[in-house]
Amino acid sequence: MALRIDQDHGRFKQIVRGKIKQNLKQYVQQGEMLGKKGKDFISIPVPFIDVPHFKHGSRQGGVSQGDGKPGDALGQGQPQPGDGSGKAGDNEGQHVLEVDVSLDELASILGEELQLPNIERRGSEKIVTTRVKYTGINNIGPQSLRHFKRTFKEALKRQIASGTYNPARPVIIPIKQDVRFRTFKLENLPETNAVIIYMMDVSGSMGDEQKEIVRIESFWLDTWLKSQYKGLETRFIIHDAVAREVDRETFFHTRESGGTMISSAYKLCRDIIKSDYPASAWNIYPFHFSDGDNWSADDTRQCIDLLKSDVLSDVNQFAYGQVESPYGSGQFIKDLREHFSEHDKVALSEIADKDGIYGSIKDFLGRGR
Amino acid sequence: MPKSLTPSLQALKDEIEGYAREFGLDFFDQVFEVLSTEELNMVAAYGGFPTRYPHWRWGMQYEQLSKSSEYGLSKIYELVINNDPSYAYLLEANAEVDQKLVMAHVYGHNDFFKNNFSFKYTNRKMIDQMANHATRVRRWIDKLGVEKVEDFIDVALSLENLIDQHAPHLKRDPDPQVAKAQQNERAEGLRVERDYMRPFMNPREFVDAQNKKLEEEKKQQKRFPERPQRDVLAFLLKHAPLEDWEHDVLSIIRDEAYYFAPQGQTKIMNEGWASYWHSTIMMSRALCGHELVDYASRHASVMVTQPGKLNPYKLGIELFHDIEKRWNEGRFGKEWDDCDDLLARRSWNKNLGAGREKIFEVRAVYNDVTFIDAFLTPEFAIEQKLFTFDFNDKKNTWEIATREFKKVRAKLLQSLTNFGQPVIDVVDANHENKGELLLAHKYDGVDLDPGYARETLKNLQSVWRRPVGIVTRVDGKSTLLRHDGEQFTEKKVAL
Repeated sequence: MALRIDQDHGRFKQIVRGKIKQNLKQYVQQGEMLGKKGKDFISIPVPFIDVPHFKHGSRQGGVSQGDGKPGDALGQGQPQPGDGSGKAGDNEGQHVLEVDVSLDELASILGEELQLPNIERRGSEKIVTTRVKYTGINNIGPQSLRHFKRTFKEALKRQIASGTYNPARPVIIPIKQDVRFRTFKLENLPETNAVIIYMMDVSGSMGDEQKEIVRIESFWLDTWLKSQYKGLETRFIIHDAVAREVDRETFFHTRESGGTMISSAYKLCRDIIKSDYPASAWNIYPFHFSDGDNWSADDTRQCIDLLKSDVLSDVNQFAYGQVESPYGSGQFIKDLREHFSEHDKVALSEIADKDGIYGSIKDFLGRGR
Repeated sequence: MPKSLTPSLQALKDEIEGYAREFGLDFFDQVFEVLSTEELNMVAAYGGFPTRYPHWRWGMQYEQLSKSSEYGLSKIYELVINNDPSYAYLLEANAEVDQKLVMAHVYGHNDFFKNNFSFKYTNRKMIDQMANHATRVRRWIDKLGVEKVEDFIDVALSLENLIDQHAPHLKRDPDPQVAKAQQNERAEGLRVERDYMRPFMNPREFVDAQNKKLEEEKKQQKRFPERPQRDVLAFLLKHAPLEDWEHDVLSIIRDEAYYFAPQGQTKIMNEGWASYWHSTIMMSRALCGHELVDYASRHASVMVTQPGKLNPYKLGIELFHDIEKRWNEGRFGKEWDDCDDLLARRSWNKNLGAGREKIFEVRAVYNDVTFIDAFLTPEFAIEQKLFTFDFNDKKNTWEIATREFKKVRAKLLQSLTNFGQPVIDVVDANHENKGELLLAHKYDGVDLDPGYARETLKNLQSVWRRPVGIVTRVDGKSTLLRHDGEQFTEKKVAL
């Protein structure tokens, strides 16, 4: 339910994230509350904004009550203002876990931070699934699905109608006719679906550091796209000279060696799209990461033809990220740039190191496709 | 949406209200509303009122309250508004024993609001007033845009504590007409019946001294303001070059600050009094046998003490119990004070039975400062294990400083005086004849926080539009902190 305070709450969150009112940003402080989850202590971040006042300097001390003799320590620190009645400081040395923001929140922060546009969907309402939901009410049904509230409501109605209800002594006794049961209803749900197809070059030149970059980047891509689509699917392809489809675990941990034939991956990608994801109903996002060291100019030409003739027409956006490897950066991105720099479905990005991830995400997602 | 009471809650209310009357509590009509957790958090974030003007800080409080209730760290049990009729909120999901406890507690607060002198001049139609404030602010926002108005509210909030806590009870400035009539141009000296006595009664030096004093006074009048003014907000409203809307918003902030001030001044007494009554009513009347354990657990969690914090509920209820006991047994007055026979003191009981009567009197005519000053005894301090604590720079921890009664009492009083805020006056609105505003901090042993002072001066400057300054002490030396809108300066001055 929408509360009147939601507007103020939203505004506060925006200030904390530095979206509006930059002049207040300097007063934002990170408070925390300590909570308990099972055995672990968890730290719940509560940002607050401290409007400046004339006030006494800190560390004034005060009066309190309890055991102990002069000189005894009071436990860690004095509770901060605004920490409710969280029990701060009575358990020193406990392991404290951070409860961070939820993934949804993270995605929206990411979106705001990078100023990502919301994605324009396509293929909406073309796929319709039916779902069974227990939202109906019926007067026959199994005992296990009795709906108490509705039953008593019916009984109340009947008692009021028949004049046997006494407000001073509100006793309600349902009889058989009053009993109501939950029952299922079929609902048609239009769905928009999306699939990410990750492709990674695992040839000998891709080291652990490069894979780490790919891993971090794909996590963020995942998070953002998940916030935009329900039921996001992911597929993983690794390739060196040949391509094969793998699961997530293998994708991030395999280290193969050998040559690089990028076209093999693009072929597999095309086949997956053709067989599983009709373009009319799916939002398709292939991401390809490589160090750009393709085997031959011939193969590169083949890649470009594949993209032009088959892949690009089906996908929302094709993204290629070139990770810089110890052996230097390859030629592939330049070739792509030559052919597709005008093409608005192709997003290209060079990732020099971990710090480059941020900019690269923006390159990939900044267009709202 | 707030729901009215269910028949069973209504019956509970009638029952508890009956007990409250039986004990002699005197309260405004009490309205209870039932809210869900989210709604209760919202109302609490608004400071207890269903409608406030739009501002981000309600959202901030809401975030704190809702996070802390989501994670099960704290829960709001009672929320009651000083208003006629008084409004209080019940949490929908509470068990019956909790609702009883809350209701009994609320009648205690209600009685306190109605009878304690601190609340005598508060607006008893504040719910309506707050809604009107909200409408006024919204109207300005519609006209001028949210950024502009909100920015000014932020500035005004930064000065919110610069009010005169005792203003409602006093008349600081004499009526200008009366003051003028009382003023003489020249000193006449003492009245003399016989002329020959005049030189003896009023020697020359005396008359001269009188004249000089008069002149001083006149000089004083040329100063502006004539004497230091504590209510800085009122001064700004009167004399700062504010636009209409700014004037309106600032006066709203000031009105609300004055409305809430008495609650700050009576926190210990108010919570103590309400707790005294919930425990009295529950234990002697309302509690059913099977509810005992739940009630005890709830009561204990309200009374819990933590090192480094002072629980006003605990201190308040214990002091009221102590006063009641002392006046029941006659442990007061000269005879008691003069008795130094420990044994006699221990078994002292005159069976006066005046305790109840006394605490009713106390709840009417004391506030936290005078309450502690008058009734905190060494015995009580020992029994309650009171101590002062300070920060130990060497060990980088807070630690217990002392349990010595005089120091504990002094520290407690210091932290309560002026609601723990620094005392600050306007002393000169035309400083150095340049239209600069000068404030003075009455130094009581604690420095101002320098970072905050600097930012606050900046905000004050944006209201006064001319440079502003405050005289305070930094590291024991008299210092003028000044902000001219662009730059902050700090220089040592002679007092």
